[in-house]
Amino acid sequence: MTARHPRTPAPLLVIGQRFLTQLLIGQRPRRTGSLWPSFHSRWPRWKWVSFLFILPRRRRSPRPQSGMKVRPVLSDPEKQRGRSAAVAIAALVIAAGIPLWWKTTETYRAWLPAARIGELEALQLELRVEVEVVFARGTLSPEQQKKVPASRMREQTYESCCKSKSLCLVEADHALHTLTETSCGSVVIYIIPEASALLPQDMRVYVGRSRTALLRSQVASVVGAGLPEVLAALDPQMEQVLQTMSFNHQDVTAALTDRLRPGLSTRDSLADSMRAFKSSPGYEITFSLLNPDPKHHQLHWDVEAALDAYIYPLLHKMAPVANFSVDSQILYYAVLGVNPRYDASASAYTLSADSLAHVINPVEARLGSNAASSNPVLNFLLYVPDSLHSPLIIRNDQKQEVASNAFHSPRWGGIMVYNVDGAYGNDTQFPVDIAIDMSRVMGVFLSQLRLMLGFQQTGAPPGFVLEAAGREGVAEWELDRLLWSRSVENVATASASITSLAQLLDQIANIVINDNIAQQVASAVTALQAAVAELEAGNLALALEHSREAISASERAFFDPSLLHLLYFPDDQKFAIYIPLFLPMCVPILLSLLKIFREVQQHRAEKRAKRD
Amino acid sequence: MANIIAVVCASYGLAQSVCDGEDLAERFFRSDHTNNWAVLVCTSRFWFNYRHVANTLSVYRSVKRLGIPDSHIVLMLADDMACNHRNPKPATVFSHKNMELNVYGDDVEVDYRGYEVTVENFLRVLTGRLPPSTPRSKRLLSDDHSNILIYLTGHGGNGFLKFQDSEEISNVELADAFEQMWQKRRYNELLFIIDTCQGASMYERFYSPNLMALASSQVGEDSLSHQPDLAIGVHLMDRYTFYLLEFLEDIHPASQANMNDLFKVCPKSQCVSTPGHRTDLFQRDPGSVLITDFFGSVRKVEITMETINLTVPGIPLERFGGEPHTETALAYVDQLPVAQIIHQKPKQKDWHPPDGFILGLWTLILLVFFRTYGIKHLKHIF
Repeated sequence: MTARHPRTPAPLLVIGQRFLTQLLIGQRPRRTGSLWPSFHSRWPRWKWVSFLFILPRRRRSPRPQSGMKVRPVLSDPEKQRGRSAAVAIAALVIAAGIPLWWKTTETYRAWLPAARIGELEALQLELRVEVEVVFARGTLSPEQQKKVPASRMREQTYESCCKSKSLCLVEADHALHTLTETSCGSVVIYIIPEASALLPQDMRVYVGRSRTALLRSQVASVVGAGLPEVLAALDPQMEQVLQTMSFNHQDVTAALTDRLRPGLSTRDSLADSMRAFKSSPGYEITFSLLNPDPKHHQLHWDVEAALDAYIYPLLHKMAPVANFSVDSQILYYAVLGVNPRYDASASAYTLSADSLAHVINPVEARLGSNAASSNPVLNFLLYVPDSLHSPLIIRNDQKQEVASNAFHSPRWGGIMVYNVDGAYGNDTQFPVDIAIDMSRVMGVFLSQLRLMLGFQQTGAPPGFVLEAAGREGVAEWELDRLLWSRSVENVATASASITSLAQLLDQIANIVINDNIAQQVASAVTALQAAVAELEAGNLALALEHSREAISASERAFFDPSLLHLLYFPDDQKFAIYIPLFLPMCVPILLSLLKIFREVQQHRAEKRAKRD
Repeated sequence: MANIIAVVCASYGLAQSVCDGEDLAERFFRSDHTNNWAVLVCTSRFWFNYRHVANTLSVYRSVKRLGIPDSHIVLMLADDMACNHRNPKPATVFSHKNMELNVYGDDVEVDYRGYEVTVENFLRVLTGRLPPSTPRSKRLLSDDHSNILIYLTGHGGNGFLKFQDSEEISNVELADAFEQMWQKRRYNELLFIIDTCQGASMYERFYSPNLMALASSQVGEDSLSHQPDLAIGVHLMDRYTFYLLEFLEDIHPASQANMNDLFKVCPKSQCVSTPGHRTDLFQRDPGSVLITDFFGSVRKVEITMETINLTVPGIPLERFGGEPHTETALAYVDQLPVAQIIHQKPKQKDWHPPDGFILGLWTLILLVFFRTYGIKHLKHIF
């Protein structure tokens, strides 16, 4: 039976009752086949209606009399049972329910080494360079030689019939290089006598291709000298050599630009930091040949052999720094976005320096890139102008011709214009087969690649001769320089990532920290501390390895897809979710507890009154 | 007199050339960005929100025209208006009535489309926390020298922006996302433009440096649409973006217009709402910031002065012409089975017993039949 308000009329019940009474009394004839009582009976309709109000109706609950509250009268043991039930339920809720709810709505947060991360914030880097100073014969006077303890005495006479000074130097450097083994990051300085004819007159220092330097200095004149005084006298010059060969203040501040206020770095270092790519686990290098005029020029470039000969040696040397992937392509009917102007005086088409900025964008839309990797891309474009616009030369802002006929854009790559109009006359049959001189092209691209990768073109200090790297692409001390700045940069970036990640995870209590993230963070912190220790000890290669490990682990932890905090729940939303769930349950419990408490108090008050 | 004029002209010429030399160096250091990115998001779907898609596409068009390549643009459109079946001119999205300007063009690359435009994906793009399988075109691969332009349009309210009619992004979340970008130095400078109702509330909570923000309306104001086109049947553009597009059409890659001009776009008389901007977090003076610093992609270029001399005879390279090329003639694999298409024979399908629905249907029919006419008719079957 459905519950109904006592006042609703119950026509079905009424009709049922009428039907039943008539059946029992048996007064009226009934039509067959109909289930309902006929309405064409002797009582008029209005009387049917009036029965609705006359008949008694069953009441479900006693009618409350005015002014009196209905309360079930309970005996004492029932009251006691009720009280203990309420207390038991409340105890269950508080003791078991609340901890269960707390535990099940907790987000999983794996443990992070917060203390070690805190230490990272105040990281102090100490860079140590191992320097070996070798005094050649004739630099030290005999008393000095006695006082200076000789750790190693090398008797090596170097006989030379020097035809040209520079060749002599190179040979000497090569010979000296074979004397000592230098580990990555260390420097060997050979002190040669003032009167030596090895270096030209105005040059004081020669820096070779490996990690050696020849320093010409007057040491014998230092009076009463032991080893410390001799070295102190050499100090300023040696420091200059070290600053050129290893790192100086500008390099380190440039590597730390992220963490420093802007304005601390000088203009040159800013330009260098803007030009070179930031440290990344891998780079993609693309060599493209742009042929806008295939009808006239059929170009052949043997890029694979050229890459093998010139570019891959450099990339192999850079293997400890990053992974490189190289590809090449040929684009047909690709034009530069700028119209070159014809210059009658040079009888050539010219591109001025300020129009070069607009060349790159239309071309870049045509260049593809590897869709699978997110590594930075370096593009090197070789543009062969079409026969109508040949030859094409680039002019700098002083309107002078540029020898290399090439330009580069920081953090993007380089473009070289290669003119082929000299290879054929006017009456040749088109298309002309042209082989591109890859050594010239690769010379330009190699120098641009060096700039992009971070080998700075800072000028040598006065009195220095820096040996050019030549075919090897990069000298060992240049590579060391890069490794120093890269290690410092990696350590700085990794520590910044870890500390900001820890801060982020602290601030947002709702983010789930999975086990793999905690593991990555822990390994990053370990690698960072190892890198710092190696830098202090002077082991550059190991330090770089650890710093690379640290940065890759920290990047993986920071950019993990699961760390997205779409979990900004404003407080009112939290209330809106929990109140409909918990309020109906908690209110009766609380009220019953309150009631029990009040009763106990009352009972105690009565007892006290009775006692008194 | 002529001498004086000649001398004056000569000195002027000299000064000009000196200024040119200095200008280039100054330009290199005026802004320290080396590349430009743009993230353009349209957050609303359904045909009557045509104007939001048109807004986004017009900014996309300007940004592409001024030089930013597709690889550096992340375009998110929540619905497809050009190929919507209610579009009377398919494959077009117009921004001006009388169909003057088709902003869809024929070279559009949409990176996130339809239901992929969600708050989660938007925040993932900004913070870089994308799953490793995401292709390069869907990522924002900016570095510490990138200037980023972020443009949002759709329906918004006080402190939130509605995505796809089902979720919203709040201004606090956006500010936190920008802060995370700053922590990882994912931008050098960021320009944030929003064209929604009460748009100014979205940039109230920013706290990271180097952010400049523009909005089409203040808190409490509605951003209104421009004009309907009677042939297409919907409003084509919002007012703020319409006048912004007009302003940008006058900008070319070498233009020297600066941000103060951009702040003056769409005054209250044209826009009805009051556009607002916020520059307190930006370090440079807005008057020295070029429009092309954000909307275009003017590359810094240096002449290569040094080359490495590699022509010392060393490893001999194979020159072309030395060996005869015997290339086998290459041919394409048969792409279409044309013979099969033209002379089609009906395929022999294997017979399967009836299942599921058909079985149930026949059972029902039989049951009803026997119920109505009595079970005794079964004897005719069995």
